[in-house]
Amino acid sequence: MKKKFKLEDLDCANCAAKMEEAIKKIDGVNDANVSFLAQKMTIDAQDGKFDEIMKEVVKVCAKVEPDCKILV
Amino acid sequence: MNKKQKKMLVRIVIAFVLFAILFICEHTGLWEGIEHTWILFVIYLIPYLVIGYDIIFKAARNISHGQVFDENFLMMIATFGAFGVREYSEAVAVMLFYQVGELFQSYAVGKSRQSISDMMDICPEYANIEVDGKLTRVDPDEVEIGSIIVIKPGERIPLDGVVVEGESLIDTAALTGESVPRKASLGDEIISGCVNGSGTLKVQVSKEFDDSTVAKILELVENASSKKARVENFVTKFAKYYTPIVTISAVALALLPPLILGGGFGEWIQRACIFLVISCPCALVISVPLGFFGGIGASSKLGILVKGSNYLEAVAEMTTIVFDKTGTLTKGEFKVQEILPEGCDKEELLEIAALGEGYSNHPIAGSIREAYGKTINMNRVGQAEEIAGEGLRVPVDGKEVLLGNEKLMKSSGIAYKPCESLGTIVYGACERKYMGAIVISDSIKDGAKEAIQSMKQVGVKKCVMLTGDRQQAAAAVAGELGIDEVHAQLLPGDKVSKVEALLGAQEGKEKLAFVGDGINDAPVLTRADIGIAMGSMGSDAAIEAADVVLMDDDIGKIAAVVKIARKTLRIVKQNIVFALAVKALVLLLGALGLANMWEAVFADVGVSVIAIMNAMRALKITK
Repeated sequence: MKKKFKLEDLDCANCAAKMEEAIKKIDGVNDANVSFLAQKMTIDAQDGKFDEIMKEVVKVCAKVEPDCKILV
Repeated sequence: MNKKQKKMLVRIVIAFVLFAILFICEHTGLWEGIEHTWILFVIYLIPYLVIGYDIIFKAARNISHGQVFDENFLMMIATFGAFGVREYSEAVAVMLFYQVGELFQSYAVGKSRQSISDMMDICPEYANIEVDGKLTRVDPDEVEIGSIIVIKPGERIPLDGVVVEGESLIDTAALTGESVPRKASLGDEIISGCVNGSGTLKVQVSKEFDDSTVAKILELVENASSKKARVENFVTKFAKYYTPIVTISAVALALLPPLILGGGFGEWIQRACIFLVISCPCALVISVPLGFFGGIGASSKLGILVKGSNYLEAVAEMTTIVFDKTGTLTKGEFKVQEILPEGCDKEELLEIAALGEGYSNHPIAGSIREAYGKTINMNRVGQAEEIAGEGLRVPVDGKEVLLGNEKLMKSSGIAYKPCESLGTIVYGACERKYMGAIVISDSIKDGAKEAIQSMKQVGVKKCVMLTGDRQQAAAAVAGELGIDEVHAQLLPGDKVSKVEALLGAQEGKEKLAFVGDGINDAPVLTRADIGIAMGSMGSDAAIEAADVVLMDDDIGKIAAVVKIARKTLRIVKQNIVFALAVKALVLLLGALGLANMWEAVFADVGVSVIAIMNAMRALKITK
């Protein structure tokens, strides 16, 4: 399943790249893309565990770039 | 400027005023009487904290999260280092300059993002629905298929549909780049995203919002940045190694020379700080994707959808273009071109042919009927007998009529006159007497020749045409258009193998594009380096299989997209070279003790800002 999320206060392009990398490492995530320019994040993850994975994504992102909010 | 940026501006102004006062004090010798340096330290700490408290806070927080090599941390270390060697004013100045640069950078990025999204501003905000004679505005998402919506003059068309009432001119420029408005009246299909002209239209919705043209295009463009170009991947990889290497070098620079050569640490720590300031790869990480985004934006303004930066990169390297003939170079409409009667007049031959083909649903039969133009009285026609691969035997007015190709004439023993014209030829005979031939062919698209020429001008080396047509007809079309290579009489499956053979003949980085109308050629579109499809406005199969979509089916725009792609690549490369060169130079000068903090900050944020402004040029369309 693929889902798109808006991001707020994503301020640096390098952080976006780091977030993307960190999200890709989460178990169950097939693919992830964080677009600094569009301020959007696309996550492709296993259907059944999506909510669980999303929680993990939020946690990972808070670690990498605490200022950035994911609008779920 | 947003709220955050405004707050930053206020902080910058306050810190700048404080710093200016201290600067004057320092240079008028006011500090001379102070014996304890810690007093100066405290005084300079005030503007430092005003401008940099958030950096220190973020750095500390990120370290606790295990994120060591980020900008905040590096700036903190660099300025702490300056404090450590008692360069108080420099520490404040560097932090101030850095924040000014960051503010400018965030403003520039925000602006460019804005101008790109303005360009993509095709998303309708509402639809008008008539309920009990009153118009209500609803979210386009909520409108169901079959509902009637009302589009007032000047409004954006919210959903795809068919006009059921009214007449108007529609401005399709946002989707196709075509400036001449299109006429829409009863029964015409209209597409979402276009702007209605002067008339009010009532439209029956044919697709839900999620399936509508505008939603699909927006999705495509938004996803385009996820398919990264080689250059982009290079930058990402580079950034991953660059920061740690520079940081480790900084540590080595601070520790090794004083330990080996002896002497104080102060000087070397200062040089190391310069390294740290330059260690962020931001200029590259921001400006490269921004350049591609701009290039994709510029293409879509012309009505060309490029589905990813990687395809834009490929287009810049395109040297061979393979065309499908029908529907791409030719109109795909078969028309009677010539009527060559033998022993009767044209009308007679056409009438008999139209009657004979009256029941057939073959496209050729359709074009004969169309050329005849009158209503056909089917009572005059009897039961038709189809002869596979040859034609028809059909009684018309009780007489036996034969309609078909040369084989039919031969097998029936008719004394016919072979026709040399190009196209599909239908021979006719009545009561075993030859009546003549009708030539049906496709006509070349307007502007196709100029399109091929313009492609060659921008550096496409080879234009190839593939077709299922006969060799003769194909060669004639190719000759007229200036095509270099023709492969005729191909079955649909042969097209894939031909393209594969051509792909194999490519050298190095050369790329091959296939241009098709999206009908029956999805496999070839996928197989080529770049699949270019005729969007024919809403043909889903084409839009999905292709990498580049020409929204208004105008192959003349291929040259334009090549130009845009080349320009984008050029800008991206300029940025990479410029950023790396400045950084390398300042690193070198820094290591030798020839550069100061100011130059280091310029090499960081200054270069970013310049690169961003350069990247924005990709958005401009040059014709």
